[in-house]
Amino acid sequence: MKLTRRDFVKNNAVAAAAVAAGVTLPAIQVANAATGDGVDADGIRWDKVACRFCGTGCSVLVGTKGGKMVASQGDPDAPVNKGLNCIKGYFLPKILYGADRLTQPLLRKKGGQFAKDGKFEPVSWDEAFDVMAEKWKVALKKDMEKNAGQPVDKMISSVGMFGSGQWTVWEGYAASKLMKAGFRSNNLDPNARHCMASAVGAFIRAFGIDEPMGCYDDLEHADAFVLWGANMAEMHPILWSRLTDTRLTRADCEVHVLSTYEHRCFELADNGMVFHPQSDLAIANYIANYIIQNKAYNEEFIGKHVNFTKTPTDIGYGLRPEHPLEKAAKNAAKGKLSKISFEEYAASVAPYTVEKASELSGVPAKNLERLAKLYADPNKKVSSFWTMGMNQHTRGVWMNGLVYNIHLLMGKISEPGNSPFSLTGQPSACGTAREVGTFCHRLPADLVVANPAHRKFSEQIWKLPEETLNGKVGYHAVLMHRMLKDSKLNTFWVMCNNNMQAAANLNEESYPGWRNPANFITVSDPYPTVSAMAADLILPTAMWAEKEGAYGNAERRTQFWRQQVKAPGDSRSDLWQLMEFAKRFQMEEVWPAELLDKVPEYKGKTLFDVLYVNGQVDKFPLQEVKDSQGNVYDNDEMAHFGFYPQKGLFEEYRMFNSADNIIKKGHEMAPFEAYHQARGLRWPVVDGKETLWRFREGYDPHVAKGEGVKFYGKPDGRANIITAPFEPAAESPDKEFDLWLCTGRVLEHWHSGSMTRRVPELHRAVPDAVVFMHKKDAKKRKLRDGQMAKLQTRRGELLARVETRGRNRPPEGLVFIPWFDASRLVNKLTLDATDPLSKETDYKKCAVKIIKA
Amino acid sequence: MSDSGDGKGKGVNRRQFLSQTLKTACGVGLMGMGLGFYAKQAESLPAMAIRPPGALSEKDFLGACIRCGLCVRDCPYDILSLGQLGDEVATGTPYFYARTDPCEMCEDIPCVVACPTNALDHGLTNINDARMGLAVLVDQETCIAFQGLRCEVCFNVCPIRGKAISLEYEHNVRSGKHARFLPIVHSDACTGCGLCEKACILEEAAIKVFPTHLAKGELGGHYRLGWKEKEKAGKSLVTPDVEHRYNLPEGVRYDLQGKGLIVEPEGGQPMPLPSNPLDRLNRGLENQ
Repeated sequence: MKLTRRDFVKNNAVAAAAVAAGVTLPAIQVANAATGDGVDADGIRWDKVACRFCGTGCSVLVGTKGGKMVASQGDPDAPVNKGLNCIKGYFLPKILYGADRLTQPLLRKKGGQFAKDGKFEPVSWDEAFDVMAEKWKVALKKDMEKNAGQPVDKMISSVGMFGSGQWTVWEGYAASKLMKAGFRSNNLDPNARHCMASAVGAFIRAFGIDEPMGCYDDLEHADAFVLWGANMAEMHPILWSRLTDTRLTRADCEVHVLSTYEHRCFELADNGMVFHPQSDLAIANYIANYIIQNKAYNEEFIGKHVNFTKTPTDIGYGLRPEHPLEKAAKNAAKGKLSKISFEEYAASVAPYTVEKASELSGVPAKNLERLAKLYADPNKKVSSFWTMGMNQHTRGVWMNGLVYNIHLLMGKISEPGNSPFSLTGQPSACGTAREVGTFCHRLPADLVVANPAHRKFSEQIWKLPEETLNGKVGYHAVLMHRMLKDSKLNTFWVMCNNNMQAAANLNEESYPGWRNPANFITVSDPYPTVSAMAADLILPTAMWAEKEGAYGNAERRTQFWRQQVKAPGDSRSDLWQLMEFAKRFQMEEVWPAELLDKVPEYKGKTLFDVLYVNGQVDKFPLQEVKDSQGNVYDNDEMAHFGFYPQKGLFEEYRMFNSADNIIKKGHEMAPFEAYHQARGLRWPVVDGKETLWRFREGYDPHVAKGEGVKFYGKPDGRANIITAPFEPAAESPDKEFDLWLCTGRVLEHWHSGSMTRRVPELHRAVPDAVVFMHKKDAKKRKLRDGQMAKLQTRRGELLARVETRGRNRPPEGLVFIPWFDASRLVNKLTLDATDPLSKETDYKKCAVKIIKA
Repeated sequence: MSDSGDGKGKGVNRRQFLSQTLKTACGVGLMGMGLGFYAKQAESLPAMAIRPPGALSEKDFLGACIRCGLCVRDCPYDILSLGQLGDEVATGTPYFYARTDPCEMCEDIPCVVACPTNALDHGLTNINDARMGLAVLVDQETCIAFQGLRCEVCFNVCPIRGKAISLEYEHNVRSGKHARFLPIVHSDACTGCGLCEKACILEEAAIKVFPTHLAKGELGGHYRLGWKEKEKAGKSLVTPDVEHRYNLPEGVRYDLQGKGLIVEPEGGQPMPLPSNPLDRLNRGLENQ
């Protein structure tokens, strides 16, 4: 927009007057005054932001005016979505403006004092942090006494934090540093535990390095697609649109869909297969067996690039140790691989004939054969996709591995169109939860707390004395709630997720844990969620584009955005909260004297000084954040702390993946500023170049000329084929609880619905969670469409209306219910059985009874 | 219909209607002339007001409906209103507006059962046979599905999903690598319940339910769609074609009903002849 001379003079005068009066103007006005450009004819300033919702990682352009986000559009230049959005992305600006945004800290009080059984009252940030820090200090002091004289790998901790794959990259990094370096606690886990942990476990076991080898361009290069437990049509809407386009436009393209119920993807399926829950293990083994029996495997590839291994079996279900299933398990939670020969591997899958697979799965033999032939055809490029159907599985790590086995046997991997592709659910499950190490066993860039060399390297980067970092794996997500209930975890901070609505078995574990009088629970949230309701202290949080941010999507693409608007009232970003909370602790209160004696210069300092004013995080001074058109943006954290914390944190984190002496190569990232200029870059970024397919010569800079393929995450450069058998689910239907219960999402709502249910149009489109069931199952229970039914499991019950005509068509014997609806908490029903290896909950399988309400 | 309650204003219930009508009727009595004019106007139903399932054609319905309000009383979702004096809908007759209160398509159709006069046809026993109106995608320019966005809410909420509204997949020429998922309404299945109109996420719905006579076009009486007639008949209507033969160079085939000219890729076929002799034998004589 061209400003008239009069406008220009007027704006300049306003700016000048504001400077004189010491007033900060909204960025848009400053931008206007400074350049007279950078806004459109409607006075709207446009900038790019990564979508707030799923792991697809669409880019959107958001429009702000008068300090408010007033408009949005799909980014037409973004390679992922080319200007498109799904229905949630269409409403992005509205998620900021729900009528019930929290704008001040709220503390449970009685008679002016904190009381566990008090009512929420508004308090200042000072009072909130005073009370919270006092509780944390009590726990830390008790821990320090217990840990006196203990080696670092025996250290316990009773403080904990539950983070998020929806945190920005630097928020996850700052949290990891605060908990692991500051509080010396590994009780930090992200909600990605519920979502991607099995995928991670399988990546590390098979390839020694996390995240997919391929990228979304596989969607245009495959001859065939196989979905193993992914409802991409609703959960990755834009990727599904790309897959559909390839199906429409590529000659002889086929789509095979495996699921325990019919969902939207079956509309496109050439070979749709509904299998009995848990029998995917048998199907995958049958395919491997078919490939071997027909000698279709790629002998050269497996000879050069693959090791054959087996994993211990009968490993239990991640329940409490006193549970009969755990007592009965021979190798509870064991996962150490041992090498076997190809012949031993072949013998291990030999029992999985088509007859056996068909019998276990209920899928007709001809459908299974068609799928096996597809994988076995050397001339067909196959991309396999999966998400929660395979990850939320008590044998999720095994199951991920079984699909890698198929691709590795055929050598169909790490090249355009041949891709085993683990899709992520959350916008930054990869970028934040996984890459910066917010899991209870991880450090940044695939390093782990249990490895002394990894700890030492991290201590060097973080300028910590040796033996600072705790070497004992902390409490994972599910264990956290058990430990809260058992009073072993006493202060708990939940950020950027809604775990009281997400974590399974609310009645028996989560709620009693949070309301246990021995514990103090803090929830940082922009809205009054179920988690906020169950907390002791609620901290109002700046959302998404109310802060400068970065997300990493499922194809290793890191995307940045600038702060677009200010958060309402006293809300502050998670980054501000983490760093500000660190100011409340003197080093003497968090580290024992003998550790501080190694670094006397840290004595008398605060945790904030040691972690965030270490010459690295505070390296970049206060500066203007400007786009290429000269628009100037707020950065509230920079203004508050007096340095550019996002940049400092990212550059320090980058030392883990790009420094000369890094332990694990292959995670290299570009400098901070590069991401503000680009529409995302796919790592490893080496010499300014992105990597599309990893482990393949020519595509991956870490594979030398002549090597062809190299799985360099493993010391010998070979990937592991890991044999694992079929084992039954933790809880199957019986006479009383006679149906399978499967939970999940719908296109219109994101996770627990705390954002999308505040968009009136989305609420109107899908107001309530309904229970999808087969007509015959409904009839047997004298239920008809729209009637209220009662769902009961051994753990709890809820009411929901019956839907037999909807988008999901379960087979007889199984029902599906989405979990977005805060008015009917599906996690009262679900079982907290996990994959004993990944500790990820199986939200797809438990037994339920349904009766007329 | 939301379990969690939208707190929205509902239509007038039967009792309210009766008391209000009484009051108004006294007032109107004084107005004399005006009423006659009004009654005439109300014979034509406004386009957005939809009659309950099973309603006879508008003229017959107005004759048969005794304005008793029993259908309104028995609607479990409380979607029906009764026309009031001053409304465009004939006084005392039932209707609903799809955008705010669509028909939930109860399997047992209680409104029809309640009707004492067959104004709502008791012959309607399967709700899927109801024809309250017809959903029409009135605006492709604002429907975000037509722009390639992933919405499809109307399709997802349709109680006869796949039959009354289906999705047509189409290559998105603009983006080059996405598909468009276009909602298409089929009049042979759509009941006009209006759930799609209510759910449409636009400010003004791009899909709306209209009375069928306003919504439908009509193909010229002389014309048939050839492929549909063939499908109906299960074979070509005219004597099957002869087998065609062509002059073609080596490596080239012609598939009359399929792809047309098929040129075998060079290099893709290193062998001069296909390894399976049947392929060659079954190719026919056109290359000989």
